[in-house]
Amino acid sequence: MNAAQEISPVNSSPRRPVDSLDTPVRVSPEGPAPVVAAEPPKLTVKNLDAWYGSNHALHGVNLTVPPRSVMAAIGPSGCGKSTFLRCLNRMHELIPGARAEGTLLIDGQDLLSRDVDPVTLRRRVGMVFQRPNPFPTMSIRDNVAAGLKLNGIPGNHHEIVERTLRQSALWDEVKDRLDASALSLSGGQQQRLCIARALAVQPEVLLMDEPASALDPIATAKIEDLIHELKERYTIVIVTHNMQQAGRVSDQTAFFYMGDLIEVGPTEKIFTNPSEKRTEDYVTGKFG
Amino acid sequence: MNRLRWRKGVDRFWTVVSGVAVLAAVIPLASLLWLVISHGAPGLTAGFFTSLPTPVGEPGGGVGNAIVGTFFMVGIASLFALPVGIGAGIFLAEKGDGKLGSIVRFTAEVLSGVPSIVIGIVAYGLVVSHMKRFSALAGGVALALLMVPSLARSTEEFIRLVPSALREASLALGVPAWKTSLRVILRTAVGGIVTAVLLAVARAAGETAPLLFTALNNQYWNTDPFQPTASLTVQIYNYAISPYDDWHQKAWTAALVLLLLVGLLNLVARFLSRNRLQGAPR
Repeated sequence: MNAAQEISPVNSSPRRPVDSLDTPVRVSPEGPAPVVAAEPPKLTVKNLDAWYGSNHALHGVNLTVPPRSVMAAIGPSGCGKSTFLRCLNRMHELIPGARAEGTLLIDGQDLLSRDVDPVTLRRRVGMVFQRPNPFPTMSIRDNVAAGLKLNGIPGNHHEIVERTLRQSALWDEVKDRLDASALSLSGGQQQRLCIARALAVQPEVLLMDEPASALDPIATAKIEDLIHELKERYTIVIVTHNMQQAGRVSDQTAFFYMGDLIEVGPTEKIFTNPSEKRTEDYVTGKFG
Repeated sequence: MNRLRWRKGVDRFWTVVSGVAVLAAVIPLASLLWLVISHGAPGLTAGFFTSLPTPVGEPGGGVGNAIVGTFFMVGIASLFALPVGIGAGIFLAEKGDGKLGSIVRFTAEVLSGVPSIVIGIVAYGLVVSHMKRFSALAGGVALALLMVPSLARSTEEFIRLVPSALREASLALGVPAWKTSLRVILRTAVGGIVTAVLLAVARAAGETAPLLFTALNNQYWNTDPFQPTASLTVQIYNYAISPYDDWHQKAWTAALVLLLLVGLLNLVARFLSRNRLQGAPR
């Protein structure tokens, strides 16, 4: 098994019927397989390597994510899936000694190069974290508007607060107490508040790092429903250790193991007919 | 069974020992309070807070100018110490992992261990000897030198208590690092920092040694930073070392006033920090 084979992207058509009618477009220069896609990919990752000090945590990852689709990254603990996610908005490099190399294109524009300000990138790529982390000193309203206020983005903040709270399916639960502390919400509500906060700055891509792992099943179901709705507007990359969740929410699944991207493809294929033995062993629960 | 009785016996023995230790710790505090209150209360009149000191033998009189002087000099000290101390604390918490950080931290530790009388001498050398006069400014500088290290360290501690998840949340929204520090991290830590400020102020208000030969003393009202100024602590010292009984009385009463003042600051600080820990909604 050589490296090139391991990391070769398995491209897929997003599961929308119109796609198959369109002309195939080749978008991944290294990839051996032609890509059948209606639109060029939203996210293109080429030869992405990441280190923590001398620990080489991610080895030459190549993949593409079509616009308005969900990609799930799965794999056992320490496989590099979270590192991969944190490279996508350059949160990875905030850890002392950590660095990443490679190419990250959003709509064809490289955002990982040294001359790009990570701040610019992070406004286009929002992130939701594993544990709900609303700002404790701010009200519900101020939490949603935090990105707008702190970045000095003008506009009708009230309207944006309402719209994003509706988008994150929280509006009806909080509309009567927008000025209450964000800490007065339950864990699941706090997580949806964090999603609203990320959406308020109008990102194009939304990264979710195990967004439901700290929540109970009902709150988890709400988050998953939400992901389905958000997919209409945003490109989503979600890290999850829950394979059922990956199966429920994603269009494509990427399987990471020991810092390598083993296989990426349509979620159905990964779970029913993976090309790699290790993927099969993992999704059938033989290890991990 | 025997074993169980033995254990119960040991348990009772140590319960008694720790109870005695608690008493031993509380008795000095209680007797201090009792002594100051019982000696000080008789002289506590409204006039004591508002009038100027009187010469020996003359009835009435108070420490009004000393109370004002204490507030005045602590105010001057805060003017210098708060920006420097809190600024240094922010630096230590945000960028203090390198070599410069450990130098600053070490300096603050050494400085906070310097006896306050030495701080007084330094302020004398820095301010009094150049201005050729004792002044409230010199007293304020001395108190500021005393406040800065503890302020810096406790500001650092309170900022470090802010969960890193909040920093990540803010950075992930595309907020620049400096703005994240000021408007998310510092804002979250502000309750703790206010507590630290109050404790530092309370400590400075109770200091005598740094004021003895910087602010000296003054028999009259003074709000000129370039004139010698009275303070509660130095006034207490002067009254206490005098040979006159009515001045001794005034020393006790002034001590009670000082105790009330410092106690009040501590209480407010405790109240604020308790509120903060409960994460009380606004």
